[in-house]
Amino acid sequence: VTGLFRRVRPEQVRELTLVFILVAVAAFFSTQIPNYLSARTFTDISTGLEVIAVVAVGETLVVLTRNIDLSVGSVVGLVAYFVGTLLANNPALPAPLVVAVAIALGGGLGAVNGAIVAFGRVPAVVATLGTLAIYRVALVELSGAKTVTTDSLPKWLLDLPRASLFSLGDLDVRTLVVLAALVVVVFQLFLQYLPYGRRLFAIGSNPEAARVAGLPIQRDVFVAFLLSGALSGLAGFLFLVRFGNITVVAGQGLELQAVAAVVVGGVNIFGGSGSMVGAFLGAALINLLQQSLLRWPVVSAFLQDAILGVLILLAVASDKVILERLRTRWVRARRRDDERAAATAAEQASPGA
Amino acid sequence: VTTLAVPGYLGPQNQINLLELSVEKAIVALGLAFVIVSGEIDLSIASVMGLAAVLVAWLGQRGVPFEVGIVAALLAGAFCGLFNGYWVAIVGLPSLAVTLAGLIAYRGLALLLVEDRSIGGFPEWFNRLGQQPLVGPFPLALVILATFLVVATVLLQFSGFGRYVYVVGSNREVARFSGVRVTRVKLAVFAISGVVSAFAGVLLAARLGAVRGSTAEGFELDIVTMVLLGGVSIFGGSGSMAGVILSILVILNLRNGLALANATGNTQAGVIGALLILSVLVPNLVGAARSRRRRGRPTAAAAGQSPQVAE
Repeated sequence: VTGLFRRVRPEQVRELTLVFILVAVAAFFSTQIPNYLSARTFTDISTGLEVIAVVAVGETLVVLTRNIDLSVGSVVGLVAYFVGTLLANNPALPAPLVVAVAIALGGGLGAVNGAIVAFGRVPAVVATLGTLAIYRVALVELSGAKTVTTDSLPKWLLDLPRASLFSLGDLDVRTLVVLAALVVVVFQLFLQYLPYGRRLFAIGSNPEAARVAGLPIQRDVFVAFLLSGALSGLAGFLFLVRFGNITVVAGQGLELQAVAAVVVGGVNIFGGSGSMVGAFLGAALINLLQQSLLRWPVVSAFLQDAILGVLILLAVASDKVILERLRTRWVRARRRDDERAAATAAEQASPGA
Repeated sequence: VTTLAVPGYLGPQNQINLLELSVEKAIVALGLAFVIVSGEIDLSIASVMGLAAVLVAWLGQRGVPFEVGIVAALLAGAFCGLFNGYWVAIVGLPSLAVTLAGLIAYRGLALLLVEDRSIGGFPEWFNRLGQQPLVGPFPLALVILATFLVVATVLLQFSGFGRYVYVVGSNREVARFSGVRVTRVKLAVFAISGVVSAFAGVLLAARLGAVRGSTAEGFELDIVTMVLLGGVSIFGGSGSMAGVILSILVILNLRNGLALANATGNTQAGVIGALLILSVLVPNLVGAARSRRRRGRPTAAAAGQSPQVAE
């Protein structure tokens, strides 16, 4: 057991547990709901993940630095509306340009958050609670209470949600789902291997030590917010593609879902630990539960929010109680290994001396 | 500005009217101030308000006397507060995450009770409590707000318990070593916040005359703003009731002034959001500029400090 224990990091234990719970939940509902394990369920759940997975990746970047971004829902709504209007007025715009505009606008809004938090030293809860309201107002003012409707959008956009990249038997894997998964994987690698990614962990786990070590904290936190905004911008584009009709309440409440996904996915709300894969699995679990409860006749569909609340609480509590213990044991085991290796090295060196 | 733009603005009747329209939020702000001074946050307040409002109506619809329903709602509020407090104070989880879960779960319970219906048809005396003047021109809710104001000020500023709340908020470790029962203080502030929110929820039900699952949804932005704008630090340990009261008046007047000047409800929310950010940003920038002038150049300490969320 200890050998296995040494090879699996605490974060991976968390991810494996989530995979196990996902399978268990799906298995449970498959005994309850007729035709549950079907291609339709897979499509429902995977497409339901597109927007929230991308938002959760951005939220993770920010939460890792011991901050929080509550404005993501408003950014998604504002970008979706802006891009929708842009397309309705200029239907000939090429798709890559439209996506670039969405990402740039989101990045701009994120940069405002980042500047207020990193350079203005306003606590992130306060700053992004404020911009949550401000960006929503910008949307209301911009729209004049008009909505973007499906029939004003170009055909390529309307066809996009049903486009499949490939099929596995009955299962259609939609292009946008692949795009969202790609974002998760790219940012996971980026967290693991880029110096910037490693610095985010350092800043979040001990800001004081990071400062003493001379890390560019302000710049890094600013960039984390900028990236979170840019990803929300991309999610805004996905939101437009998915729903077509954009009203002034578009994306409202997404910030709660994103924070919930991140927390359930094992990202520590106090920063310093977590992974993109975890956040993605958290989003998947929440989405699976929500969609399955809707189809489960035994309990009222209105129970889903109460369950979601309890789930978040359990996730945070298990993180505190179980993972903390695992982490200390893991560090201790590693240290013992290091000491043993050092002792062997010293022994080998001494006869020669 | 609003005084100049709209005639009759500062008249007592207008001030009473506009207080009436947000009196529930003001009451909850008083309770939330205790939580924030103790260094925590409670995001579940608006959901507790909604749950209490729905519970009273739901029990009333089932033939339970309204007096009993009100007591049940207050107990539910206390339970929600203690539930939050249990996870924060005893298990040691971050209050941001716990009360976020509370925000979702308590709203979920309210939705479970009424689903997508609306419940109205309250007894006459209950509606009258919320809608008609009780003492002179003041309706019950305003009388209660005034009473709560006095009680909250005395409790936070002039009682032993209040001192403990400040000590816990400014330094938990020091508080523990000086013999303050940190766990108990934290449980108490969350219980206060829960009961006060439930109370405000019942008042809201009486004033509106009907409730839905979404009653009081999104109120937390206004309420948190009221407390923070009043100079209560989100990191805990500092702030005063007088500041909260002043900021309540500022926000209500601002909203009312904007409404009279024909701004939409959303624009008002935006202005309040901007105010919230500026209330922290401006002192920070002024402080940074002052220390820069004093030392003659930008200092490493001022430039390198890390932003953090409140614990």
